[in-house]
Amino acid sequence: MDLLFAIVRRMRPFVRLLLSLLVTFLGLLAITFFIGRVIPVDPVLAVVGERAPPEVYEATRKAMGLDKPLIVQFGIYIWQVMHGDLGMSLLTSRPVLEDIRRVVPATFELATVATIIGVLIGVPSGVMAAVHAGRWPDHLVRIIGLIGYSVPVFWLGLMGLLLFYGKLGWVGGPGRLDIFYEGMVPQVTGMILIDSLIAGDMSIFRNAVSHIILPSLMLGYYSLAYISRMTRSFMLEQLGQEYITTARVKGMSEARVIWVHALGNVMVPLITVIALSYASLLEGSVLTETVFAWPGLGFYITTALVSADMSAVLGGTIVVGMVFVGLNLFSDFLYRIVDPRAR
Amino acid sequence: MKKKALFCAASLVAMLSAGTVQAATPADILVIADKIDDLISLDPAELFEFSAYEYNNNVYDKLIALDPNNLGPLKPGVAESWKVADDGVTYTFKIRKGLKFHSGNPITAHDVVYSLRRAVKLKKTPSFILTQFGFTPENADEKIKALDDYTVQFVTNKPYAPSFVYNCLTAPIASVVDSKLLKEHEKDGDFGNGWLKTRSAGSGAYKLRVWKPNEIYVLDRAGDYWRGKAAMKAVFVRHIEESSSQRLLLEKGDVDIARKLTPDDIAAVQKNPDIKVESDLKGRVMYFAMNQKNKILSNPKVVEALKYLADYEGMTKSFLRGQYIVHQAFLPLTYLGELKDNPFSLNVDKAKALLKEAGYPDGFPVKIYVRNAQDRLEIAQSLQNTFARAGIKAELVVGTGKQILTQYRARKHEIYLGAWGPDYPDPHTNADSFAHNPDNRDEAKLTGKLAWRNSWYDPEVNKLTEAAVVEKDAAKRAEMYRELQRKLQQRGPFAIMFQEIIQSAMRKNVSGFVTGGAISQAYYWTVTKK
Repeated sequence: MDLLFAIVRRMRPFVRLLLSLLVTFLGLLAITFFIGRVIPVDPVLAVVGERAPPEVYEATRKAMGLDKPLIVQFGIYIWQVMHGDLGMSLLTSRPVLEDIRRVVPATFELATVATIIGVLIGVPSGVMAAVHAGRWPDHLVRIIGLIGYSVPVFWLGLMGLLLFYGKLGWVGGPGRLDIFYEGMVPQVTGMILIDSLIAGDMSIFRNAVSHIILPSLMLGYYSLAYISRMTRSFMLEQLGQEYITTARVKGMSEARVIWVHALGNVMVPLITVIALSYASLLEGSVLTETVFAWPGLGFYITTALVSADMSAVLGGTIVVGMVFVGLNLFSDFLYRIVDPRAR
Repeated sequence: MKKKALFCAASLVAMLSAGTVQAATPADILVIADKIDDLISLDPAELFEFSAYEYNNNVYDKLIALDPNNLGPLKPGVAESWKVADDGVTYTFKIRKGLKFHSGNPITAHDVVYSLRRAVKLKKTPSFILTQFGFTPENADEKIKALDDYTVQFVTNKPYAPSFVYNCLTAPIASVVDSKLLKEHEKDGDFGNGWLKTRSAGSGAYKLRVWKPNEIYVLDRAGDYWRGKAAMKAVFVRHIEESSSQRLLLEKGDVDIARKLTPDDIAAVQKNPDIKVESDLKGRVMYFAMNQKNKILSNPKVVEALKYLADYEGMTKSFLRGQYIVHQAFLPLTYLGELKDNPFSLNVDKAKALLKEAGYPDGFPVKIYVRNAQDRLEIAQSLQNTFARAGIKAELVVGTGKQILTQYRARKHEIYLGAWGPDYPDPHTNADSFAHNPDNRDEAKLTGKLAWRNSWYDPEVNKLTEAAVVEKDAAKRAEMYRELQRKLQQRGPFAIMFQEIIQSAMRKNVSGFVTGGAISQAYYWTVTKK
């Protein structure tokens, strides 16, 4: 009996977590669903076109289940989702799940490379800014960050393309590959960088790198701006603490004080910041995807939304929701590793 | 830590130095930058979008074809000959022997019959192009028959103008599909529609390799095409949303043809010695329509006055340069019965006089419904200006295409500004939309007809439209359409302003690319590269 109680007690946080996940998702879906139904766009028209005779219109409307009351439609949708069926996309004539499998890897690949760039440059420059607070390195980082925040990605992307692709020819143009390479790597993960390595085709790998470098630098610049600002303020807080003075007094090298002691303590909040910025790149890179003709999730959801392709929008929302939840859990997990107190 | 940093730096350097960019596309591959986000289905019985029409034109054959170099006269396609019996309703087609689908299955009369019946029975949007001849899902088996393996016969419900019937058979809905293949993939009586939406089952010059929505479709040359082998081994049509990106790709030689460049970008690439720009007429006309449910707009004097309040010349000479030409009749130029008269020009004094006669000497407020596309907004603003010169205060109601269309179809607009493209290469398509309205009640819901959407009912015009579509003599028929268009210019609620032209920019070494004129069906199999 005691054992049973112990197990139940152990399980409680997980059950609570599961329940809260369930409620989160249900709420997310409900809001997206009902917003989708009140926007003044007729999804039937998106399928049959404006020339459709009324009987075709009516038949399609019925086939799409739009003649039923809203709440019933929602119920049916949830029922299907629980059975792993995200429905059919109106715009692509395919199951939403299949579409998502196609577009998510493209976004994932781009966001991952971008985040790596953002972290590699953002964290050290944030640290430098904090260490030299008020002096020129700080101002430099601030200016770079400000540009990152305020220049529209659309413009920056186009200028980047014009210069590095159009004039200098250093990088590939819009798209994930030169167009006629399309379909030449067998799809395993959907991420071309990895798939081409698996296939052992270095020319395609190099081509993919030349195409991803510019958009990922653009996106990386934005996360860099954010990450370096956050790193700076976390570090400033730490550097004023007594244990830092103690460490210095003990005669530790300045580098060790900054990069090991202070940065080590900043890691926990920093991981959350990086995770969130990563997640926002996954769904928030619509403009970059448009400029660089990158067939990703943001572009997919936006196109679906303006055409009232609600199954696709909801499917995309579920994925984005899962990514956010997943990254939150992941950063929780990292906390436990980085911060002994959380174990 | 140090090792990691070193590794990262090394990989960064590797990435940076990897940027080797190919200068030109391979000689036997055609790469096109276009906007193809309108593609939603590849099934010929269902597809009805601009991009889909182009796709269809290169993947499927029809009974009757058009000559890409001279789009007027009809040419043999899958049918090598055809005739109509003296009764005026029985049509017979002789099928060309020895043709094969991409699957290797031979093309027979049974495939043709299956294709036509299938299109009628599936009842998708474009099915009206065939069902207007009296075919229904119930009677299709009886009306459309194979007499033997190479003879097809069908019977229409009325003796229509034969040119009307033949022209409709050049539309994608009449594509010949591989019946054997589709029957293998049929599911719950869907005639393989679910399968064919994303695949191909045709006999055209190309077959589908892959279609990724909003991204790309790739076509491979089919082995032996009866019209002769296409020069391009493969065709890649890539969706590139941004005109400036399309232009960059074209200038770098990463694409051979850019289809959707803005006038600014066209002007810029024209200066590039490696690039040429070709213009072609499209089938779309741009017009504004005055809802006759509105008391003021239903006054014939007001309708006439507004037609004098658009700056037709000014717009095509400034911001619409290279995109539209002035054209004021509902049939696009190059169609049977085309009318070249442009009776209206900006004439504020005349408009003012007409408004005075109508009892609105000081004008009136009015709303113009327009979608948020750049060219349309510019036209709307120009109208706003010229209307104001006669005292008419126009307010723009701007929304997404689908929002505005929903209002228009519900007859809730006042003035609607938009475009209309023909559905099939016969004059009846636009006559039926602009002129014909047999039932003007709200409950009739003839939402496909522009005359109904604007609540315009004119018995004489209705009669003339119905007579033109059964006129056997083609020359006489053409004259009837000209008369019909003149009547609409005089008293129809439509101010037709422009016909669209398309400018395709391509590398100098590309030749033989035909965009298909007013029927809007580009040909890839005619393209060669030097």
